[in-house]
Amino acid sequence: MTSTGPMTAAPDAPAPTPGRGIRRIRVPQKLRNLELFLLVFVCLINAFAVVLVQFGALGYADFTVFTLGAGLAVLVIGMHVALRFVATNADPFILPIAALLNGIGIAMIYRIDIAENLSGWESTAVRQVVWSAVAIALALVVIIVIRNHRVLQRYTYVAMLVAAILLLLPMLPVIGQEINGARVWIHVGQFSFQPGEVAKIALAVFFAGYLVSRRDSLSMVGTKFLGMRFPRARDLGPILVLWALSMSIIIFQRDLGTALLYFGLFVVMIYVSTGRASWVVLGVGLFLAGAVIAGQVLVYVNDRFTNWLDALNSTVYDAQGGSYQLVQGLFGLANGGLIGTGLGEGRPDITPLAQSDYIIASLGEELGLAGMFAILALYLLFISRGFRISFAGQDDFGRLLGVGLSFTVALQCFIVIGGVTRVIPLTGLTAPFMAAGGSSLVANWIIVALLLRLSDTVRNQPRLVI
Amino acid sequence: MTRELKRVSIVVFLMFLTLFVSSTVIQFFQADNLASDPRNARTLYASYDVMRGPILVAGQPVAESVPTNDQFKYQRTYPQGPLYSAVTGYYTLGQGSSQIEQSMNDYLSGTSDSQFLDYLNRIITGQNPQGASVELTLDPVVQQAAYDALGSYRGAVVAIEPSTGRILAMVSKPDYDPNTLAVHDTQQVIDTYNALLADPGDPLINKSINDLNPPGSTFKIVTTSAAVQNAGLTIDHAVPNLARLPLPGSDNTVSNAGGGTCGGGSTVTIQTAFVLSCNIPMAEVGIEIGQNPIADMAKSFGFGTELHIPMQVSTSVYPSGLDDAQLALSAFGQGSDVATPLQIAMLSSAVANGGKLMTPNLVDEIRAPDLSVLQSFQAKELSTPLNSVTASTLSQLMVEAVDSGAATNARIDGVSVAGKTGTAENATGAPYTLWFTGFAPADNPRVAVAVVVEDGGGLGQSGSGNQVAAPIAKRVLEAVLSK
Repeated sequence: MTSTGPMTAAPDAPAPTPGRGIRRIRVPQKLRNLELFLLVFVCLINAFAVVLVQFGALGYADFTVFTLGAGLAVLVIGMHVALRFVATNADPFILPIAALLNGIGIAMIYRIDIAENLSGWESTAVRQVVWSAVAIALALVVIIVIRNHRVLQRYTYVAMLVAAILLLLPMLPVIGQEINGARVWIHVGQFSFQPGEVAKIALAVFFAGYLVSRRDSLSMVGTKFLGMRFPRARDLGPILVLWALSMSIIIFQRDLGTALLYFGLFVVMIYVSTGRASWVVLGVGLFLAGAVIAGQVLVYVNDRFTNWLDALNSTVYDAQGGSYQLVQGLFGLANGGLIGTGLGEGRPDITPLAQSDYIIASLGEELGLAGMFAILALYLLFISRGFRISFAGQDDFGRLLGVGLSFTVALQCFIVIGGVTRVIPLTGLTAPFMAAGGSSLVANWIIVALLLRLSDTVRNQPRLVI
Repeated sequence: MTRELKRVSIVVFLMFLTLFVSSTVIQFFQADNLASDPRNARTLYASYDVMRGPILVAGQPVAESVPTNDQFKYQRTYPQGPLYSAVTGYYTLGQGSSQIEQSMNDYLSGTSDSQFLDYLNRIITGQNPQGASVELTLDPVVQQAAYDALGSYRGAVVAIEPSTGRILAMVSKPDYDPNTLAVHDTQQVIDTYNALLADPGDPLINKSINDLNPPGSTFKIVTTSAAVQNAGLTIDHAVPNLARLPLPGSDNTVSNAGGGTCGGGSTVTIQTAFVLSCNIPMAEVGIEIGQNPIADMAKSFGFGTELHIPMQVSTSVYPSGLDDAQLALSAFGQGSDVATPLQIAMLSSAVANGGKLMTPNLVDEIRAPDLSVLQSFQAKELSTPLNSVTASTLSQLMVEAVDSGAATNARIDGVSVAGKTGTAENATGAPYTLWFTGFAPADNPRVAVAVVVEDGGGLGQSGSGNQVAAPIAKRVLEAVLSK
């Protein structure tokens, strides 16, 4: 398949009916004004959330709303102003959604701080605002420096190297650090960082560049089996390398979630680029086989499965590394019920890691099922904007990169929220934009920058009708 | 590529659909199950967000929740601790509760059906939910008198208003301080609880309703009532006056408390047997009338009936399927007869109330936080064991027992007191259980009382109901009469 626009790419799509008239071409100014309007609205919601947390948990409101709420507001409005100059045609929904998720996350992190009596620089919420500043600044740098996403295609193999280095960093002595059993951290001075979060972006760039150039050989030839064309043995190299990478992450870094994330990303991108369902069959089969073997061999993987399947069993619950956290999260969600306890009124702090891996359970408790649906809908909307870029894109590299980046967010949401709600075994991943943690924020804001850049390029094309 | 993108979009959509479904399942369908899981600390904390209603006696709290600064918001306190411990029970942090705290929990915690709208209203308006107050029927003066009179004996006192069934006093000893179980340190609560549990005096058991003892001679009220009303005998009916009654089909014998015959003469009337509390004639009467009239009368007085006052009362037992030897013993409250102090108080209460037994009850009124009455006490008749003629006959017998019989230590100057003692044997060699039950004034009864002193009152087998229990009852009766 060659580079095609949206109209020609879907031969089965109905031709536009002449009677409907020409859709209005949106003026860039209007896109940015819509974005500004949404951002102001989002900042008000974020500030309101902080005030509600204070009233709920403290019984009064003070000036914290300015340090926490206004800090983020200044940052995102700054980003908006920059977009007016460097990416005027960028999608107007991506930034407000990311800002809202980030802001609600800060409010909830602040709520747990109150429960744990943390304030000043001890406060995780303050550090989260600082990390947001770092992340948004980096996002700005990305969108200013990369004026055209096609530039990234040149750095396909550099991206691969960067990803490899980032993944290996935690294994190094001195700076590498093991937290809660997973060796995925590096530690420099006061700061901890999870390089794997940023590596997923480098991997998405690498996959997009690599697959665009190699997909013919990966898709054209092969043997038919069970009605599906399977690739030749010699073309199995890339997927086997990725599988080996995932398995070593499971074995050496003890991080199931990240392994699933990288492998899922690769499988989806190779499927989209080649159009071969056989890659999905192969990928899913390989990963399941790996997971089953890991479950037999590795104690921690086996524990995760037991915790998942038999969470409420009191032996499993009481065991070291047992289902205590999972079950406490369920209790929290149940406590929230349909409408939640209200911000600051629940007990999310009972659950371990209520600010990071379990922020979704904390939000579900205080905002209820209604809030949970709203958050899921926001993620879905964010991801759909990313997919939209891929549907409308003109170049295959950009389209692949768009789907890859959006899909990492989708898959990460599924892995972490699915883990909390017992759809899949629990693995330690962060809820994008919301969970406390600098690496996750930096990575996801860079994804925002890349998606904004992609959407701007798409709309700048002469045939812009989207 | 667009076809693949569409498919991936559908996959992403399905992934999120799964999340929508899974969170709905947990937060809606499983929410109640998860909330009731005993490991769910949130449910416990939530119960402390409610300002639990007070338990009141004459308008004054004997249990109340006061605001604290710790994470539980409220601390349960019992201003008079041990005095009311048998009635209030305790309320702990997740380690259970007892007595009124347990049986009235729905109202106290504000979760009863009648408080649902109020509860909802408070949630919506952002006020802290509040529980209802429970006003008890206890009289603080009578309660204090009973508590003081029982002193350090192991036992119980129950006082009832015969015309309504309202319980005026309820004491059980040894007592304990429920404040020690209300602290917010779980380990401390568990330690205190285990220590109380290990105490041989069983302070956590409310002996007035949950301790079963052989009723001894107090049961003669039942046997005499059965003989007069169910078997058609009069109190002048005479039986042979023996010093020793061989039990039919057994080597054992029955003797009277004094060891000799029951007064002089070759025969003895039911009246004399009752007043002097003789065992042999009562056993003879029992064998003569058979077990059915006695069983019917016992049932009508409340034996074998499940009662909630609102705490559940242990069921007193008059056995069935007796041979003559067992029947003889059961007629004077031995053998397999067992009764709670409340049951024995109910005997006096029925006699005092002209034969009508009113349902005993502890809760006078339940008021919502806005002081509207949710439920108020209505006197209810439980049964009518005696007709008015039998009732006044029994009343006269009991007056005579106090005036000139076996219950003289309950006499009060200027007031006619009716009473019956009991000195019940337990296992061979074990200390006696000492009883007194009665009411006053006999012509216009205001209070019926039952006193039990276990463990022989420290006197082994040498104490008697008249010696130990009657003076306690006297002080309780006086407390009511002097009001």
